Amino acid sequence: MRQLLNTLYVQTQGTYLHLDTDNIRVEVEREKKAMLPLHHVNGVVVFGNVLLSPFLIHRLAREHKPVTWLSEHGRFLARTETPVRGSVLLRMAQHDCAGDRERTLAVARYIAAGKLQNQKTALLRAAREAAEADAAPLRQAARDINDQIACLPLGQTVDEVRGIEGTAARSYWQVFPLMLRQHREFFWLSERTRRPARDPINALLNFVYTVLANECASACQTVGLDPQIGFLHALRPGRASLALDLMEELRPIAADRAILTLINRGQITPRDFEQHEGGVVTLREEGRKTVLAHLNERRKEEVTHPLTARKTPLGLVPHVQARLLAQHLRGDRPHYPPYLHR
Amino acid sequence: MPPEPLLLSSLAQYAYCPRRCALVHVEQEWADNIWTVRGEQLHARAHGGGEEARGDVRILRALPLVSRQHRLSGVADVVELRPGDVPYPVEYKSSRYPKTHRLGHFVEALQLCAQALCLEEMFSQPVLQGALYHIASRKRREVTFTPALRQAVLEARDGVWALLESGVLPPPAADDRCQWCSLQEECEPFAPRDFPRGYDPFSTALEEP
Repeated sequence: MRQLLNTLYVQTQGTYLHLDTDNIRVEVEREKKAMLPLHHVNGVVVFGNVLLSPFLIHRLAREHKPVTWLSEHGRFLARTETPVRGSVLLRMAQHDCAGDRERTLAVARYIAAGKLQNQKTALLRAAREAAEADAAPLRQAARDINDQIACLPLGQTVDEVRGIEGTAARSYWQVFPLMLRQHREFFWLSERTRRPARDPINALLNFVYTVLANECASACQTVGLDPQIGFLHALRPGRASLALDLMEELRPIAADRAILTLINRGQITPRDFEQHEGGVVTLREEGRKTVLAHLNERRKEEVTHPLTARKTPLGLVPHVQARLLAQHLRGDRPHYPPYLHR
Repeated sequence: MPPEPLLLSSLAQYAYCPRRCALVHVEQEWADNIWTVRGEQLHARAHGGGEEARGDVRILRALPLVSRQHRLSGVADVVELRPGDVPYPVEYKSSRYPKTHRLGHFVEALQLCAQALCLEEMFSQPVLQGALYHIASRKRREVTFTPALRQAVLEARDGVWALLESGVLPPPAADDRCQWCSLQEECEPFAPRDFPRGYDPFSTALEEP
């Protein structure tokens, strides 16, 4: 019985975390800021200069609660790996599948299908709530994505699947700003820029995607999958391809939706960003705090999983998907069923 | 034949549900529910080890068990050594004395009988009876190790071997057993194996159904 517990995010520089009986004691400048019972925490994510006592790290490791170190600006650096979970047979099956062209293609297609379906659903939902002038292009983009979904079963190689996904992504990002209702001119998105971000939306996206990718990597490890061996994403040293694969279906609903909500509610405003020389934009600490608090709330929201038909907190969907993928890889189910949001 | 002896606990798991046994011992999955946690807490106490004498009965706690012949190993909660060094295994259960849960009833007896097979070999003595002690109702339930029960133990043993050898997960039970099982989420007994009706990742419907 896996429970959704809180992930502890610490981003105040110079914080010291240590074990105090069964609690995590949070200190800033030798002053106690918080005491968190360990059994309420399922992982710790720290940004930049945050210290953890060895005993706390050991205890978290023993309880299979990962510690993740990010740079001050949210770039992934390291994660503790607790004693290997899951069966060696599962990892063998994962390797075998990754080496099999047909099976890799099948999984990649379903992952892409999940992403495109969720993008389509997000656009159609936004279109229903949007002003008259915005609704039409949103619907058109949903139709364009639909055309790409129709192409997916025909894709003969993973490269073709990636191409189809890329075409759909262009339609999606083109109309993404139409889902904004506040500060449109400020948050206008011209193109996706990864690192570094060149505009505020990209800064937000990059930050939220990092957080989500970490959760997906943890989900892989908990189930016993190797987060580096993916199917849709190309294998590249140091890249958690499978975590990125799992994240694809969740981007439109868990990440993009969160950003839209925060901007539309006025919780994130232009003041939360810092414009650097040379056109680089970063999110300020206050803004990151707002985003993390919102993500934590969203995680508790329950959704009905279309396959298991069970009410599942959104935060556990990566775990459910990792498990379903593991079942497919081990021959327990014929296909990998992506998460289709309703 | 696998080189390592089977864990006694795996036999009971197999007898309860072969898929549960495979999830634990092949897929290395584990999850707790209230029953497993209670059982664990209880055994932490019962497994304090040591021995004591009460009258002419010696009580051994947390006794390691092994059978070379059947290739089994495990730990007994309590073994009473009765006059003539006749071992009498007692397994602690946190539950009540069972009234309705027939399969669980049988599985517990099977687990005890497997312990008896080990004890027979270790003490070179026939072990004909043992007991289950139900803590919640403080009742002992005496179990007689009939030929049928012994046969069931050996069948479970062969079943576990076959599981480990093939590495294949048996299909889910998807019946009353599942409500007590802690591995429901890992197993997904009631979710369809393939896509259910209305679930189509390649659907090109433009509105929600």
